[in-house]
Amino acid sequence: MASATLGARAGVRVKSRTEIPRWVWALPPVAVLGLVFLYPLALVVQQSVTPDTGGTSLQPYADVFASSAFREALGTTVWLAVGATVGCLVLGFALALVIAFVPFPGGKAVAKFIDVFLSFPSFLITLALLFVYGSVGMANGLWTDVTGAATGPFQFLATPWGVLLAEITYFTPFVMRPLLAAFSQIETAQLEVASSLGARPARIVRQVILPEALPALAAGGSLVLVMCLNEFGIVLFTGAKGVTTLPMLVYGKAILESDYPGACVVAVVNVLISVGLYGVYKVVSRRARA
Amino acid sequence: MLVHSRKGKWAAWVAFLVLFLPLFALPLLVIVAASFATSWSSAFPTGFTGGHYRAATSGASLQALTTSLVTAVSASVLALLIGTWAALAAAALKKGGRRVLDALFMLPVAVPSVVVGLAVLVAFSKPPVLLNGTRWIVILAHTILVTAFAYQSVSAAIVRLDPAYEQAAASLGARPSYVLWKVKLPLLLPSLNAAAGLCFALSMGELSATMMLYPPDWLPLPVQIYSTTDRGSLFTGSAISVVLMATTLLVLLLVSRIRTKASYR
Repeated sequence: MASATLGARAGVRVKSRTEIPRWVWALPPVAVLGLVFLYPLALVVQQSVTPDTGGTSLQPYADVFASSAFREALGTTVWLAVGATVGCLVLGFALALVIAFVPFPGGKAVAKFIDVFLSFPSFLITLALLFVYGSVGMANGLWTDVTGAATGPFQFLATPWGVLLAEITYFTPFVMRPLLAAFSQIETAQLEVASSLGARPARIVRQVILPEALPALAAGGSLVLVMCLNEFGIVLFTGAKGVTTLPMLVYGKAILESDYPGACVVAVVNVLISVGLYGVYKVVSRRARA
Repeated sequence: MLVHSRKGKWAAWVAFLVLFLPLFALPLLVIVAASFATSWSSAFPTGFTGGHYRAATSGASLQALTTSLVTAVSASVLALLIGTWAALAAAALKKGGRRVLDALFMLPVAVPSVVVGLAVLVAFSKPPVLLNGTRWIVILAHTILVTAFAYQSVSAAIVRLDPAYEQAAASLGARPSYVLWKVKLPLLLPSLNAAAGLCFALSMGELSATMMLYPPDWLPLPVQIYSTTDRGSLFTGSAISVVLMATTLLVLLLVSRIRTKASYR
């Protein structure tokens, strides 16, 4: 491929053979993707306007939008995702700050540990939280042991707060990684100068480090926002009837109720929100690299 | 160095540990501890048993492990093939074409996995391609999900590739196919390895799309963990989780060993 341009430029090999145009090579993978992914997605959209009674109408949309379960799920999904993103940003920024600028022995190991953490599935966090904060878990066990009470005070696992805690735990490393990369670009001399001029750490963070880290924060934050909107495993493992997010609603409608048009409507809404935000993330992260 | 005083440094470290240990280290430790415990009704687990592991490595759980391994390996191989091909083809295109390919192949990352599962279910539950109820539908969904990551990491590596090598080879008269096999792919080998590890780990832990699709005779580990814990056997569930984590880590370690060997070449 490259030889053609090079040859042409050097005038060594003028088009002696008929070359296949480059875009032809892109066709096979695109065809495969189209067949196994784009076509099924199109079918989901089609199914969403095809009610069980037959014909084509927007009735499924009207039904779903009118249902309180959908509105509640939409609200829960958005506030959980926004809350988890804010939590991840604050926590990830603080932790990455210490790893990068207050170095300690074992900091490298911590960075490695974060990489390993990222390769585990999310639902393991919920499983672990069951043992830590569950009704007979560590925290409540400690409480009942110390105070002699019959039950502990930690009963939030089956509520949205449990999902929020699990999401913050699981997704914080996704913020830390781009932040650590951005921090490694900051000249330490800049910090030394600022501090020798009498700036206190809080001011250095605010006026030197934060402006440099903003693009990485924005990129990490929007990625986590999309991932939280799409998160399923954590919510499923929580097993709470009270916490329904859009992916849970898709699963419930399709698998448990066999209401495919309804499931497809929720899926279309979820895809529109996520893909829209993902587009924002791509724009932001491209700017972060520039 | 941000904090210079000794006191300040210690304060930062203590704050770090207070946040980091309970949030990130504790969950993994707790799962390992629970997998050996007979009961857990107070602050710490009580009783020591290896019985949960016997349950986790026999019968249905053992079958789930092989199911997961077969699924993850097949999905990774397919994803690497399609993803690498697409990334190489995209790199040869002009900016506009590359953007289109980027957008198309990154789409499965943005679309919720549950919806990927639903889409595959809707499309392949009826003729002409009837895959519903077979293992192929699970492998297909995993392939779609991890291809995006293979594409992403291989294209990132292609951008970093020094074009001087292929230009030198081509100027010496090597045909494009020869340049691809003997120059480009060997140079990309370390990142292909990394991509393979990533795909494998993702596929091993995939739950969302799998929950929509799995047939009764093709139950991957995450689904097995869910059904075990849903029945109330939290300790056996933990043991299976440890098996899942250990297998993933072991494969990642093996892959990274191949990678260091490849980068010496």
